[in-house]
Amino acid sequence: MRKASLLKINEIAYQNKKVIFIGSDLGSGVLNDMKKNLPNQFMMEGVSEQNIIGIAAGLAFEGFIPFVNTIATFLTRRCFEQIAIDLCLHNLPVKLIANGGGAVYAPLGPTHLATDDIGILRTLPNMTIIAPCDSVEMKNLIEASINWPSPMYVRLGKGGDKIITDKKEKFIIGKGIIKKEPQNGLFVTTGVMSQMALEACKILEKENINCGVMHLHTIKPLDENIINKYFPKVDSIVTIEEHSIIGGLGSSILEFCNINLPNEIHKISRIGIPDQFSDQYGNQNSLLNYWGISPKSISLEMKKNLLRFKDN
Amino acid sequence: MILDKRSKYLRSLIIRMIKVGKRGHIGSAMSLIEILRVLYDHFLVFDPLKPSCENRDRLILSKGHGCLALFAILADKKFFSKKHLDTFCEPKSILGGHPEFGKVPGVEASTGSLGHGLPIGVGMAIAAKLKNKNYKIIVITGDGELNEGSNWEALMSANKHKLNNLCLIVDYNKIQSYGNTSEVLDLEPLSKKLSSFGLHVLEVDGHNIEKIKVCLNTFQNNLNCPTAIICHTIKGKGLPFAENNPSWHHKSNITETEFDKINTALSIKE
Repeated sequence: MRKASLLKINEIAYQNKKVIFIGSDLGSGVLNDMKKNLPNQFMMEGVSEQNIIGIAAGLAFEGFIPFVNTIATFLTRRCFEQIAIDLCLHNLPVKLIANGGGAVYAPLGPTHLATDDIGILRTLPNMTIIAPCDSVEMKNLIEASINWPSPMYVRLGKGGDKIITDKKEKFIIGKGIIKKEPQNGLFVTTGVMSQMALEACKILEKENINCGVMHLHTIKPLDENIINKYFPKVDSIVTIEEHSIIGGLGSSILEFCNINLPNEIHKISRIGIPDQFSDQYGNQNSLLNYWGISPKSISLEMKKNLLRFKDN
Repeated sequence: MILDKRSKYLRSLIIRMIKVGKRGHIGSAMSLIEILRVLYDHFLVFDPLKPSCENRDRLILSKGHGCLALFAILADKKFFSKKHLDTFCEPKSILGGHPEFGKVPGVEASTGSLGHGLPIGVGMAIAAKLKNKNYKIIVITGDGELNEGSNWEALMSANKHKLNNLCLIVDYNKIQSYGNTSEVLDLEPLSKKLSSFGLHVLEVDGHNIEKIKVCLNTFQNNLNCPTAIICHTIKGKGLPFAENNPSWHHKSNITETEFDKINTALSIKE
């Protein structure tokens, strides 16, 4: 997914001279082609993330379209104030391409685990937050982002994630996608949790429980129309996110329903990362599994929630 | 330096705002007046009728709390009507305790939290180079503000990109909110530090009009690297009881007696 995003930025930069890539201290050889052939549009500014956000703001003030790329936690935790003031207060069209959303950096420990990035940034006015599910959607997103007028945070998965985006699928920022039409239950997901939800649907189908998947690649602004349309139709709703249970997609859904769909709130169950720092290494899957986020566990949660609804 | 009529007049505009808002970073604004005066009277290219015109010079007041001085000079240069000065800090005023982009014509970036202006200025200076434009970028920081690490990150980038179109002006009044900069977090040797970061460093009495002009001309002709002008200033300059007095860094609940003293110091007739 990361490779797809960088290659797309490189490709667009040839056509659009306003596109500027700013990395911090990325891996050796990243975007060598751009560095060599578009030297004016490529910057590697070192481990100075706060400065980089400010530089991106300065460039955006002057009409450029900066793409900033570094590790998600360094952007969101370290640069919160720069993102809030330099980017969001001025409402500048800077794209933040954040490596390692969720548990991607499991072996590197809690300093590198972006488990709170969505919650951190969701509080900021003017911020758009997007978590694509695969490399095809990623490319579509980068293309769509060029003319987006506001700051944007793009959360990257590990890479090599199963492709679930149809090449004909239209990507519109802020518009959710029904990956599978629901009957009994609906998984509401973002990022690569959509693949996991589709797997859970297969498990549930074996028990004649037919569930659907609503993929909300854009977490902010929330696609209110798709929620209004589908939530009243189903018996159970389970939100799945590779993010702290506090402040992410599930919280956002509850906040929306609290005001707009109060009669649907009782249907909602949320699955996310517990409110604690990681105390295990391993890999993304093993850590998610440890936190209770797996196809099996989310399918069980859906079953439990459906029963709960029936009981009510 | 004895203040001339224009310096006193610009300070009187600050007092005009303070009388409405009843508060403000008075000491921090008073040390800035001559720096801003020289910039707007003699150096910067701008058009108050077209504050966003492409070829203007960009000035970012990174020490946003000094905005009373900036508002005074912008009003004086007719970026907006002086009537706005009489609304300072009122709910719907364009003028508040820190300068806001989009609200105040002539303000290039919203500042207030410190250490933001220089990185933004570096981005603007890089942009000017990419666009082959000759406009200059001036960033004014406070001295306490240089405690923030983001400034030093930005200076490394300024040096890397050889931003000779960027000038950092430090309003070095030696007093930050809590007290003397030498005691809170000493900046010295500031000139050597800035030099070692690759800047051409000049030092000047920040209340001496002619000498500030000379420094800005040196910046104008510097072809190789970013410039830093360390302006040695006096906090609260022009108000003898406020000069070098940390309690006038920010002041609220100013008494009538204090206003009388201010009027006398600045020869303001009510």
